Amino acid sequence: MSGHSTYQPQSRFMQWFERRLPIVSFMHASFVAYPTPRNLNYWWTFGGILSLMLAIQIVTGIVLAMHYTPHVDHAFVSVETIMRDVNYGWLLRYLHANGASMFFLAAYIHMFRGMYYGSYKDPREVLWILGVILLFLMIATGFMGYVLPWGQMSFWAAKVITSLFGAIPVVGDSIVTWLWGGYSVGNPTLNRFYSLHYLLPFVIAGVVILHVWALHEVGQNNPTGVEPKSDKETVPFTPYATVKDSFLMVVFLILLAWFVFYLPNYLGHADNYIPANPLVTPAHIVPEWYYLPFYAILRAIPSKLGGVIALGASIVILAFLPWLDTSRVRSAAYRPLYRQFFWIFVLVCIGLGWLGAKPAEGGYVIAARFLTAWYFLHFLVILPILGLIEKPKPLPNSISEAVLREGVPIGAPAPAPSGTKH
Amino acid sequence: MSPSRHILAAALAVALTAPLGPSAAIAAEAIAPPALSWSWSGPFGKFDRAQLQRGLRVYREVCQNCHGLTLVSFRNLAEPGGPGFTTAQAAAIAKEYKIKDGPNDQGEMFERDGRLADRFPAPWPNENAARAQHNGTVPPDLSVIAKARTYERGFPWFLIDIFTQYQEQGVDYLVALLKGYTDPPQGVELPPGTSYNTYFPGHAISMPPPLQDELVPYTDGAPQTIDQYAKDVAAFLAWAAEPHMEARKRIGFQVMIFLIVFAGLLYFTKKKVWADVHGHA
Repeated sequence: MSGHSTYQPQSRFMQWFERRLPIVSFMHASFVAYPTPRNLNYWWTFGGILSLMLAIQIVTGIVLAMHYTPHVDHAFVSVETIMRDVNYGWLLRYLHANGASMFFLAAYIHMFRGMYYGSYKDPREVLWILGVILLFLMIATGFMGYVLPWGQMSFWAAKVITSLFGAIPVVGDSIVTWLWGGYSVGNPTLNRFYSLHYLLPFVIAGVVILHVWALHEVGQNNPTGVEPKSDKETVPFTPYATVKDSFLMVVFLILLAWFVFYLPNYLGHADNYIPANPLVTPAHIVPEWYYLPFYAILRAIPSKLGGVIALGASIVILAFLPWLDTSRVRSAAYRPLYRQFFWIFVLVCIGLGWLGAKPAEGGYVIAARFLTAWYFLHFLVILPILGLIEKPKPLPNSISEAVLREGVPIGAPAPAPSGTKH
Repeated sequence: MSPSRHILAAALAVALTAPLGPSAAIAAEAIAPPALSWSWSGPFGKFDRAQLQRGLRVYREVCQNCHGLTLVSFRNLAEPGGPGFTTAQAAAIAKEYKIKDGPNDQGEMFERDGRLADRFPAPWPNENAARAQHNGTVPPDLSVIAKARTYERGFPWFLIDIFTQYQEQGVDYLVALLKGYTDPPQGVELPPGTSYNTYFPGHAISMPPPLQDELVPYTDGAPQTIDQYAKDVAAFLAWAAEPHMEARKRIGFQVMIFLIVFAGLLYFTKKKVWADVHGHA
């Protein structure tokens, strides 16, 4: 169901060009004629929003890199120089810092949407796994970016997270020394994090291309989880998805702007405005909010190695979701039991996030252990069993039937792709 | 209620109540500074020029003896959105400082009068000198102190703050700290060289009480009290930490208007484009 291009080059030059590099017809097939299910809801706009956020991060990041100095003695001051003396430097930096938060927010919504509607199931397993790889790359990129301002939280986050590799038996300490480029977190560490922080977004962009390629090969899932049966059940990407995505992108930008202009430091930590000091440990070392659920899982396990394994497993397990979910029905709309457990899982993730921000003591640890256990049980026990015991509601035969059932008739046949006329 | 709803309800109950135990105990330990009203809070807030000028005066007569302000340049004092000095006034302030410069043609370091392009010089040549003078501690630089200090807002305030745009925790803390010196409670033994402060984490603060009434003369009739000094210098430090705040909020409002109108236009465009798909709506 990949899009077939109806693009016909008009001018002689474009005909000449098309025979040599058919990129225009390729773009036309991918982003104009590409058929999208007509019943997509607004939760399907977050892919577009994520592309926009990646673009914003890369553009602001490239300009920030022109003014930033990756050296332990100058990094903090160079960031403050950007804030004070670079024209609109404060805007660039606040956009970049808050943009990272919004990037993760959009990614999490995108993932939960995929989970709710079973978008990872046959034939979209590779599409989903590419998404998990993107999440992993985002986590690595965001973490290294957070280290660059070289404030107290930057330094101690770098120290805590890199030290995790020390839990690996036998070679752990050597690996940590290798990662640091020395015997402590220092200038070589900052330099390599800067280098990788600049590199990884382009790796992300590359994997995004694969992600979109895979998507266009298998087609989009939709709220019914039933594949479109005919052209009448799809609409061309442009103008339908384009205008819908654009609307939600701008709404999402309003949210970003609210934080950038009015609450620019709300999502950050006050301690990161204190220059890094290896001799003073902050009272609470806390990662950015988007890592908090994983941080809670890390700390919930009493042994260091166990915590590291759980932390890694909490992300890796997502890649196995297509096979852990044994149900043949995709959409939670037709899975009454799964729908309940899905929302419990969302609450568990939010709860883990809240606990990640709390000190690891007393009742917090007990709660974090309970929720960590639930997180893994959701994937390893609940999903496999649910698929076997759950009685799904009857599936509609087609998207049209599902829409009709809800009382909204589909009258007109799907409009023809409008890409050829301008 | 179906069985599945029972599962959801039970899980909700566990998820929401289990962690509530210890949070109350932790909240009781730290004392939240009172939230004050500031001229620059909210989406249209602006700094009070007279207050910033008074705050600079307090900084120069009191804080500066121990604390640097090394990220702030003298020219900033005359830039829009700041204390509102003229360039000549800012240059005159700069001239009162001695800046170490060099090496000159003879290879010697020398001292000269400050210029607009200079930053406020640190009160000590290096951190070790600061430690030697200050009982083993380095008085923190105050350039971003208003953003580098905070206190825990706790649930549900941290959510409400998103809507009220409250972000003056750091400034509120600074005022509370400057006014928070008291005699230690019965039975509290302070380490030598420290004072008891209600709001300082751990209460034993190396900074002796810096302010007293009538310490700094004001020329604009503002009350010469600890309370006023604390608020003025905190306001000045809020500006020092965020010198482009007024521009940020002004541009922010323009961006918001643009985005909201743009979103509205896109919404109606979307509606029109999709009208033939949704059929007879």
